[in-house]
Amino acid sequence: MSTATRTDGLPWWATALVLPVFNIALALLISALVILAIGEDPVGALTSMLAGAFGSGTGLGYTLYYATSLIFTGLSVAVAYHAGLFNIGSEGQAYVGGLGVGLVCLALGGWPWWLVLPLTILAGGAFGAAWAAVPGYLQAYRGSHIVITTIMFNFIAAALMAYLMVNVLKAPGQMSPESRGFDDSVTLPMIHDMLGAIGIETANAPLNLSLPLALAACALVWLFIWHTRWGFALRTVGANEHAARYAGMNARRITVVAMALSGALAGLMAINELQGVQHRLLLNFPAGLGFTGIAVALMGRAHPAGIIPAAILFGGLLQGGAELAFDYQSISPELVVVIQGVVILFAGALEHMFRPALARLFTRSAKPVGA
Amino acid sequence: MTPVPPAAATAQPWAVELVGIDKRFGPVHANRDVHLQIAAGSIHGLVGENGAGKSTLMSILYGFYQADAGEIRVRGEPVRIKGPQDAIALGIGMVHQHFMLVETFTVLENLLLGHEGGAVLGPARARARRNVEELERDFGLEVPLDAVVADLPVGVQQRVEILKALYRGAEVLILDEPTAVLSPPEAQQLFRILDRLRSQGRTVLLITHKLKEIMAITDHVSVLRQGQVVAGFATADTNEQELADAMVGRKAVLTLDKAPARPGAAVLTVDGVTVTDAQGIDRLQDARFQVRAGEIVGIAGVAGNGQSELLEVLAGMLPFSHGTLTLKDQPIGPGDGYDAAGARRRGVAHVPEDRLKLAVVKAFPAYQSAILGYQDDRAFSPGWRLDWKRVVARTAALMERFDVRPRNPLLKSSLFSGGNQQKLVMAREIEREPDLLLVGQPTRGVDIGAIAFIHRELVALRDRGKAILLVSAELEEILALSDRILVMCGGRIVGELLAAEATEGRIGRMMAGISGDGAAQAPAGADA
Repeated sequence: MSTATRTDGLPWWATALVLPVFNIALALLISALVILAIGEDPVGALTSMLAGAFGSGTGLGYTLYYATSLIFTGLSVAVAYHAGLFNIGSEGQAYVGGLGVGLVCLALGGWPWWLVLPLTILAGGAFGAAWAAVPGYLQAYRGSHIVITTIMFNFIAAALMAYLMVNVLKAPGQMSPESRGFDDSVTLPMIHDMLGAIGIETANAPLNLSLPLALAACALVWLFIWHTRWGFALRTVGANEHAARYAGMNARRITVVAMALSGALAGLMAINELQGVQHRLLLNFPAGLGFTGIAVALMGRAHPAGIIPAAILFGGLLQGGAELAFDYQSISPELVVVIQGVVILFAGALEHMFRPALARLFTRSAKPVGA
Repeated sequence: MTPVPPAAATAQPWAVELVGIDKRFGPVHANRDVHLQIAAGSIHGLVGENGAGKSTLMSILYGFYQADAGEIRVRGEPVRIKGPQDAIALGIGMVHQHFMLVETFTVLENLLLGHEGGAVLGPARARARRNVEELERDFGLEVPLDAVVADLPVGVQQRVEILKALYRGAEVLILDEPTAVLSPPEAQQLFRILDRLRSQGRTVLLITHKLKEIMAITDHVSVLRQGQVVAGFATADTNEQELADAMVGRKAVLTLDKAPARPGAAVLTVDGVTVTDAQGIDRLQDARFQVRAGEIVGIAGVAGNGQSELLEVLAGMLPFSHGTLTLKDQPIGPGDGYDAAGARRRGVAHVPEDRLKLAVVKAFPAYQSAILGYQDDRAFSPGWRLDWKRVVARTAALMERFDVRPRNPLLKSSLFSGGNQQKLVMAREIEREPDLLLVGQPTRGVDIGAIAFIHRELVALRDRGKAILLVSAELEEILALSDRILVMCGGRIVGELLAAEATEGRIGRMMAGISGDGAAQAPAGADA
């Protein structure tokens, strides 16, 4: 028994696999043309990118480290999306979440990391949630639009954090706006250290304990959205607010809760960046990963099972791009951004561009079979 | 009255002829080898149950879809219609069930749309005004040209659509379920306009499933079933029963057997309930009535006279400003936080008027729509997880009992036809055995077979000693189901009749505010 979920009759695997792969291939093709246009060897460049992202233990470790942050921000965007909210503010929510993580880590120097981790989860989540709940409240009770307010809250977060970093949190005698380092005891163990302890040698990379945390978040989000009555209410509000009102759901409260949850997930990204790798609170640490989370969520169809591969793809682009800029002196970092942008464009924004064509192709080839 | 044939024709070709039209959507065979001939200057009815292929056929004629096989002939000439532009050029116009108007534009601006004829609007507008006024005179279409569309009642908006098609030179006018959104007087007025069109030599194709309308206005009627034309009649030679049988393909049951009601104690007492909107206008004013166990109370009224507000207040979806509701001896005041969840807790179930907007989530599979409103019932989530297996099993049982087709709980809600969605909603609400069932437009857009089924289920619920409050725009339905009838006009309950003493004429006069000649009773802001 097959259940049609879309009217154009595409089976799920065509939507979930064929379409994204095709989009990525097309994006890489256009990137190759751009590389060709500046007089470099496209095959060599793309190979270097691919090898940089996945070809070595270190490269893979970096890719997964980026992917960890992208899973959190991707989940953040996805949860809001299911409630019918387009949260553009994961960047700012991650940033403010970092304040929570940083303050706990700074305050609890000397504590073991496994005791600190639950507290940073709470603090990072709570700070991110609070930052996202305000635009949620404004949309639900005051009628301002979530897209506008979350964008503005990114700027407010940046200004607030810059002020705190420069005037309050900067370590005395420091030139750069960053806090003092966290105590070694509170920082999360690296995966290669953990594997080394049980005798498995892996390359040195910033991949840390946050990755399993991110995967656990995926499982929890999946359970919450699709297998609890709260998730059902959230999806109903997202799919049809009138029906939600009819069903006796409090759409306003659910809007605020969904945004808070979204912000909390974004805030957890700071655990990977700060407690996991940077070991201090520093200016602009989310570095655009909150925005890339939008593309990750779109490409992953707002489902954890899609967000994980999408996060790895975009993580690979970040890592591979850095490698590419290193290998080819004439390819500037800006061009790497172009390549990433083209992938986002095709795999994220234009993901349905080829859907009708694929559906036609599919119905044509399926026709002789169906009677 | 005999239709006047167009003067030019010598061999009198058909206005439109469809020859062997065939259309598939994947596994669905929407139209099979359809042959249809429509005489110029006539009104041709097209009837069939939901999903019989009426809309697909008309969409092919209007160029929205391309037929897989077959030919379209207009005035005897084979034509290819690749899009609505081609159809319009051939003199085919369509009035959709859901109007295609820019609500913030004036009527004239809507008519001008696509015919601006240059960057400066002034001259085109003046020309359009002259032409349109001429059309209005010719066809008796009264439309205020400078009114903003959003401010007009639906009946007038529909006239704008008709005018738009005529302004673009439509010789053949397709109307898709035109009376679904109209009150009885508005429908009467529409029929007068259609009659006028016919007498001026225009051809009308009327899609409907209301057999009374077919009998009242058409010259010929074709019946579609499962994508095929199964019967064609001259309207004068047929009757409602014969058409209904042809539609469903078996003997259709059109009458409802109903024993006299045996009302018990009052389940609902409404005492002076008033709803005042943001503009300070009373949408519902000082409503007072009772609904007792074991009776069906029907509310008749022209759409927009407070019935919707009444239903929403009782369902907990709209706050009221004055008065008291008493549900099973528990009084509820305006400030008591009575909401939709609270209504369900008190044993009130609600089948809303706007099913698609409120009662199902189109994007969800049917089994998820089937717990809407009861999502917090612990039977569905014994622990912290929703037990979807149990929900799917219960939905399958509901579908079996209420004959929802196809019987597939996993299918997306939007892929069910309107009638089957409604049966699913009915099933969900009736299955709770509510003390009070609120029903709005239970059979709107529902086909004949399903109407009879839904009516029988409502009577059966009544006979199990439950109270039912029914709001319907179909007087016939009110008369068939109700034990008592309340008539609303201008937000007030203006009269109460026992079923035995009620007639369409009597109720119609009360609906129109007693004054009584059936002239359009517009709720507000009509300046026609």
